[in-house]
Amino acid sequence: MTAPAAIHDRAAGLATKACTVNPLKMSQPLGAALAFLGIAGSMPLFHGSQGCTAFGLVLFVRHFRESIPLQTTAMNEVTTILGGGENIEKALLNIHKRAKPAFIGIASTGLTETKGDDVAGDLRLIKGAHPELDMPIVYVSTPDYQGAFQDGWAKAVTAIMEALAVPAPTVKGQVTILPGCHMTPGDIVELRDIVTDFGLSPIVLPDLSGSLDGHVPEDFSPTSLGGTTVTEIGQIGASEATIAIGEQMRPAAQVLTEKTGVPAKVFDSLTGLAAADELYAYLSALSGRPVPDKYRRQRSQLVDAMLDAHFFFGGKRVAIGAEPDLLWALGAWCKDMGCELAAAVTTTESPVLARLAAEGVRLGDLEDLEAQAGGCDLLITHSHGRQAAHRLGIPFLRMGLPIFDRLGAAHRVIVGYKGTRDLVFEVGNIFLANGHEWQPGDGAFDVLQDHRQGPAAGDATCAGVGLPHHSTRET
Amino acid sequence: MDSLANTVQQVFNEPACGKNQGKDDKARKKGCTRALQPGAAAGGCAFDGAKIALAPITDVAHLVHGPIACEGNSWDNRGAKSSGPLLYRTGFTTDINETDVVFGGEKRLFRAIKEILAKYDPPAVFVYQTCVTALIGDDIEALCKAASVKFGKPIIPVNAPGFVGSKNLGNKLAGEALLEYVIGTKEPEYTTPYDINIIGEYNLAGELWQVKPLLAELGIRVLACISGDARYHEVASAHRARAAMMVCSKAMINVARKMEERYGIPFFEGSFYGVSDMSEALREIARLLIARGAPADLSGRVETLVAREEARAWARLSAYRPRLQGKRALLITGGVKSWSVVAALQEIGIEIVGTSVKKSTKEDKERIKKIMGDEAHMIEDMTPREMYGVLKDARADIMLSGGRSQFVALKAKVPWLDINQERHHAYAGYDGMVALVGEIDKALTNPIWGQVRRPAPWDAKVAS
Repeated sequence: MTAPAAIHDRAAGLATKACTVNPLKMSQPLGAALAFLGIAGSMPLFHGSQGCTAFGLVLFVRHFRESIPLQTTAMNEVTTILGGGENIEKALLNIHKRAKPAFIGIASTGLTETKGDDVAGDLRLIKGAHPELDMPIVYVSTPDYQGAFQDGWAKAVTAIMEALAVPAPTVKGQVTILPGCHMTPGDIVELRDIVTDFGLSPIVLPDLSGSLDGHVPEDFSPTSLGGTTVTEIGQIGASEATIAIGEQMRPAAQVLTEKTGVPAKVFDSLTGLAAADELYAYLSALSGRPVPDKYRRQRSQLVDAMLDAHFFFGGKRVAIGAEPDLLWALGAWCKDMGCELAAAVTTTESPVLARLAAEGVRLGDLEDLEAQAGGCDLLITHSHGRQAAHRLGIPFLRMGLPIFDRLGAAHRVIVGYKGTRDLVFEVGNIFLANGHEWQPGDGAFDVLQDHRQGPAAGDATCAGVGLPHHSTRET
Repeated sequence: MDSLANTVQQVFNEPACGKNQGKDDKARKKGCTRALQPGAAAGGCAFDGAKIALAPITDVAHLVHGPIACEGNSWDNRGAKSSGPLLYRTGFTTDINETDVVFGGEKRLFRAIKEILAKYDPPAVFVYQTCVTALIGDDIEALCKAASVKFGKPIIPVNAPGFVGSKNLGNKLAGEALLEYVIGTKEPEYTTPYDINIIGEYNLAGELWQVKPLLAELGIRVLACISGDARYHEVASAHRARAAMMVCSKAMINVARKMEERYGIPFFEGSFYGVSDMSEALREIARLLIARGAPADLSGRVETLVAREEARAWARLSAYRPRLQGKRALLITGGVKSWSVVAALQEIGIEIVGTSVKKSTKEDKERIKKIMGDEAHMIEDMTPREMYGVLKDARADIMLSGGRSQFVALKAKVPWLDINQERHHAYAGYDGMVALVGEIDKALTNPIWGQVRRPAPWDAKVAS
């Protein structure tokens, strides 16, 4: 086992706790599975007990409202002890027979990692013995007891690079886009449109906009309904540039550069005026074309939206629970709009957290977020925050994954000028709808005083303010 | 693991299970779960099953000892309703890390229990074992015993790690935990000759509440529902019931049978789905209670209620007959629902083009045959592709199934209704059957179907 990143999240804790309450975090294999689902004709496979797959499946089905191809090696007590090679072999043969996938992605789980199965070795033997398994099979190690969903996604994309990216003569105008797991199919569609409008031709990897954008296919398919084709993956070495979205994608972009020489540009966010400006300027420079009029107009609309909306954002206190890259995108944007990031909880280590450190980011759970969010004007997290929002009696915006109690999660767009403009309106409307109406006897209002006192939350309200980056979990 | 292996064997050896009685010793030892096919398996694990069975106990803390996957990927995802406490919807997990895997997770687990008691003060903590913590040898039974002594509160080990088997086995292992550590540990404040247990009912979408008022009208008290909308003390004092009804096919048959053995509580297997099944259940409850000394007039009172409710239900259902007559339904579910719903739908003129029997017992199949007249419509196993074919070819007007096959129907642009555990509507009792038919009617008559099936203008042009 390698130097454990997960231990770090319990280091140097102020308050420590042994029990995670109301998890924000989901496990690595799920992130890996979602990345594999962005490949066309794909079948992700968990090497673990069948429950690992069943839970993941239900979670994705509820979020995307789509059938989800996801299989299991169905490990039991005995096969775990004896080693899972035979189960992997059976699983691959069964999947090949029943679903004829163009791609199989295997993710390990806590169970098989604890045992220490040598999946890479098993795979070599299996592929040698069964030439009919001629589709790419990519394996990624994702123990459940390390890291989080975002790490699993990043590792899976990196593993795809390592296995399938090859150098190729540059194709003028071709770019590779590596979206982080915080980007929805809708975000990907928007980004692809933007890039295409600069005369560039993008290959998106993984491309959830092809598989999980919620469309009605002509016929039944037991594998993913679309996504990056295996052929396209073979061509990413020919791109002029790699555009990675989110710090989580930096390692994958680096591997790609090392293997193919394609230079990479990492955007930590595409949400907010400044972040979006950076994207359009970069694309203009890369393509040698001016920014199209359409986007100049959209920028002007975003500026106007900010002018109209800032009255309702200034001084608002926002609590966010999200994986690091989404937390950064939303948190930085909230600050851009004049909000205070009163509480921020995330799931795993990331370089972006240091940049938010002034507000005190915790690696923690929704219990931590709830404890700090009392009296805030807005709670932003995935659907599991609904209980906390209800108890606190504050407005709640669902962001991230899973969103199982609202429609259209796949089509939320928060990137670029237009995505940011719509986000300004959406959040601004929440503030507007929940604005405080003055009552007789409310007295003088002092921004510096009154904002610090949430109703019934007492000291907990500002517990997160100004703390250094720390964990709430014990080592 | 030894004691767990024994428990699993015992559960497999269930003498009250009809299916089991037909087997020889060897087959019985192999267990009632099909061997899982790697790469072609579907369904939850034993931990999932155990959690499903016990999570509806609303006032206790359910603590999952394992990596984040087991709770983080699955919590608060089922519709078991509570009339009071909400602690059961709080997700607790030790979220073990790599250090715990190397050095053992018991210390973290012990401290987690302590934290929960300090912060949330529940009447009990249920501790769920998972694969990883079982594999590294964390002894949750010993630890829970020590914690119970130390903290003076029941700390209940639920030893059903995912890799021992299926969801169904997990249901039964959860039952074993109740039998071993909970049932019989408290006395009810008072008892009546009308006290019953309902076993294997989870109050999904609030279905228990469609039944309870009828029981209350008859003076019958649900001493404990295991485990829908239950409180810890109710389950703990369930051993004083006079009779029990086992719902949900065979999920918790071991609980019903062992409570009969230990406490002399007779039970029957019944269903709240369907008009006549509901009536049958009420009659059977009355029969068992009277046999145990309840006043004999109960039987007459049941008949009065049944006559009134059935007349009311059929009157309401018949209003749908002109609208639904001749519509064809495909029913993909299991066990009891494969026949109990059939009768009601047929009664209002819906034709059943197929009902799945994959999870049904021999008795279930016999009943289907009786109701439907032949075996032609029994579907042993149907792949999603075949389902899609049936629907796409318009051989059915609506599919009733669980969430898993929802999108098979919707992508074929065919109405679909959820009748499994994630459903949002309650379909139990007389009112429930009317609600079910109402939902079928809503699904079938929604105006979107005509619109979504219309070809796009560019395709239509090509056709003409």
